[in-house]
Amino acid sequence: MYDGGKIIIGLIIFIGISIFPFILTMGKAVAKPEPKLDTPEIQKMVEKKCVESKMYMKTEHMVMLNDWRDAVVRDGLRLYKATDGKLYDMSLQNTCMKCHSSKKNFCDQCHNYVAVKPYCWDCHIAPQEGT
Amino acid sequence: MSIRRRDFLKIAGVSAIAGIGGVSALSLLKIKGSEASSYIEDPKTLKGKRWAIAIDIQKFQTPEDYARVINACHSIHNVPDIGNPKEEIKWIWTESYEHSFPSQDYGNPYIQDHLKKKPFLVLCNHCDNPPCVRVCPTKATFKRKSDGIVMMDMHRCIGCRFCMAGCPYGARSFNWRDPRPYIKKINPEFPARMKGVVEKCTFCYQRIAVGLQPACVEASKGAMIFGDLADPNSEIRRVLSSRYTIRRKPELGTNPSIFYIIGG
Repeated sequence: MYDGGKIIIGLIIFIGISIFPFILTMGKAVAKPEPKLDTPEIQKMVEKKCVESKMYMKTEHMVMLNDWRDAVVRDGLRLYKATDGKLYDMSLQNTCMKCHSSKKNFCDQCHNYVAVKPYCWDCHIAPQEGT
Repeated sequence: MSIRRRDFLKIAGVSAIAGIGGVSALSLLKIKGSEASSYIEDPKTLKGKRWAIAIDIQKFQTPEDYARVINACHSIHNVPDIGNPKEEIKWIWTESYEHSFPSQDYGNPYIQDHLKKKPFLVLCNHCDNPPCVRVCPTKATFKRKSDGIVMMDMHRCIGCRFCMAGCPYGARSFNWRDPRPYIKKINPEFPARMKGVVEKCTFCYQRIAVGLQPACVEASKGAMIFGDLADPNSEIRRVLSSRYTIRRKPELGTNPSIFYIIGG
């Protein structure tokens, strides 16, 4: 092998750089996201249920919010008839955040964990924390 | 190793069936949630084909009359007060006679003095033929088919400002900076805007959807009349047919929906 020494040193450096994030965090547990559901509004509910099932909301809420946005802004349809037949006003600020009244303890928990930055809050107004 | 034609066809057939079955099995695994759900219109929504407002200029006498209407709009829509006229954001504001009606002013320089000196309340005209909609490259601004409101979809606006160049009424404002710190009192029920989008009056689509009249009309105490132009029996049509009204720059062919009641 020509220049074998240089190649091997280069390979070691490359592998070192690519695995150093794993070595650094080895053995350390990253805090699990814990979205809190103990807001006063949710505690008041008899049946603690979001507009759709928990599983659906977990995986599809972003799609749902996009669809809601298009329905309200572009088509002027403001009511959502859920799978169970209940009607909801399609509004992030007035419906979602009424129950999930703490963005810090709900939205941000998972979004920070998976490092996504939805731009909802560039315009939309989050409820005041701690009230 | 050679393969017999018969064996090859068998394997191909079985894999094809497995493939099709696999796809349908995968689709069964997909979460079904909103299949039975649907979007419906709020039954409280006011019904109209083309909304319009007639402004009775004689009922606007004191500066307080104008301020009350402007504040009603700007406070519920989180319109910021930046203080610098170059960055001003406005949905409804006052303009001089010669700026509001330049062709009338040019056509008749000897018109009554009280008209010339009067401030006029101006807002987006929600034109029937809106130039802003034609120039928008992303359809962020669009005319609602159902009621003729010229709407803004802030989610789509890329801030190119073609609409500002297109609008002959100066009804659009650009957010040169984040407006949030300049909103005096935030209305938590309505969104604000971000840096880099254009905004304007939306005819209070969110109030019409729950059966309320636009905020300016409500605050005007009868000096502004809201109604459906397409309905010949509506109040606004009665007013328009009985009193002398003018519109801003009608010669441009935009067909505005805001009328100014001049005569008795």
